[in-house]
Amino acid sequence: MVDPEVIIRLAGVTFNYPGNQAKRLILDDLDLQISRGERVGLIGDNGSGKTTLFHLIMGLQRPTQGEIVVFGQKRQEERDFREVRAKIGLLFQDSDDQLFCPTVAEDVAFGPLNLGKSQEEAAEITQEVLTRLGLDGFEERLTYKLSGGEKRLISLATVLAMKPEMLILDEPSTGLDEETVNRLINILRDSDFTYLIASHNSEFLSETTDTVYRLERGKITPPAP
Amino acid sequence: MHIDNFANGDSLLHRLDPRIKTIVAVLFSVVVALADRYSCLAVAVGVSLALILVARLSLKQVLLRLLAVNTFILFLWLFLPFTYGGEELFSVGPLHATREGVIYALLITVKSNAIVLALLALLATTPIITLGHAMSHLYVPNKLIHLFFFTIRYLQALHLEYDRLRDAMKIRAFRPRSNIHTYRSLAYLIGMLLIRSFDRADRIRKAMVCRGFHGKFYLLSHFELHRNDVVALVCMMAIISSLAALQWLILK
Repeated sequence: MVDPEVIIRLAGVTFNYPGNQAKRLILDDLDLQISRGERVGLIGDNGSGKTTLFHLIMGLQRPTQGEIVVFGQKRQEERDFREVRAKIGLLFQDSDDQLFCPTVAEDVAFGPLNLGKSQEEAAEITQEVLTRLGLDGFEERLTYKLSGGEKRLISLATVLAMKPEMLILDEPSTGLDEETVNRLINILRDSDFTYLIASHNSEFLSETTDTVYRLERGKITPPAP
Repeated sequence: MHIDNFANGDSLLHRLDPRIKTIVAVLFSVVVALADRYSCLAVAVGVSLALILVARLSLKQVLLRLLAVNTFILFLWLFLPFTYGGEELFSVGPLHATREGVIYALLITVKSNAIVLALLALLATTPIITLGHAMSHLYVPNKLIHLFFFTIRYLQALHLEYDRLRDAMKIRAFRPRSNIHTYRSLAYLIGMLLIRSFDRADRIRKAMVCRGFHGKFYLLSHFELHRNDVVALVCMMAIISSLAALQWLILK
């Protein structure tokens, strides 16, 4: 039975880094299901495997065991994950990893161009996304000269420019000032995205998500009442 | 770090089409590097100086850059005269300097300075990013341009990482001295920097893959040739041709 509303379904996913001799697995027989329209938060200690979990969903790493089903299809090989990456946007923890083009406009246009959009279409999308995030006038700014908060917002723009059906945000509020955090909260609340957010900031999660899961000892525990 | 602080000025050369500047700089460098006649090189130095004046660069800054280049050349002067075979000019103890060696070192000095001056006037007056785009429009292989862009983008990030590590050492009272502890700590610093760069490269690749990267880059900026650009190109080509003629066509 495939429920079209289910976007992500992980079943019995186990992961360990090769050569990791520690007794504990990073992810241990983990189950997770996220359906369209859900806004889920994920908390967990440092090193509890939140980033690893995201990388498994995006196909940047492969599970040692278990099944990853995204958009109703089992994803196993690099080829299977191309569609996942086009439809799910991942915001990285460190914006310096995400922004690599010389100018903001080029960076935002990078995704749409990879998806086969023409130069004109990409430029249009760039403009539209920057306007939506209140970042007009940033087009020609150099990515390496932006402030930390600006980098985070531009990174979000580069992800939104791919018109994803779902967002995964890895610690989006870390290292940001209050104003930028509020801006981020408003952007997320005003959107109708399905998203999954990892954060240590419980206030941020309660503002933006409906359910909060905890990742502990390699497993996901259901939300506290 | 200001790797492109010459690019902020305003002059005829700053406004010139970067493609033209790149072509001229490359041809000029090739001709000067191959030339060995004094007449040709004298004119080349003159042309370079003229370009610097036209570019209205800060002479102090230009001299500082030249100083850096000539520090390397100093080492040539220490070795070349004594290792090149030919007629003896003078001797220092058991070492004999040759006329040919001195001439050779002199030629290299003149050539390098002429080329560096021309590059400062032509290429350093272009923002680095624009330069990359210009190279792309001139069909320079894509891989080279990507390396160029990534180097610029992450030079800054790595420099900050280096500063952070350096500060972390300083606040624990590290002071470089001439002892094993210092060398070992500096080696750790360099090792850590290498590992972190490697990790970062991996994370960047992952971020790119997530946005659908499959080995192709797309450029957004385009250039337009103006009348000034064409005039400048024709003039510079004439000058470079004359240099080549001085070197290879006109008999001594």
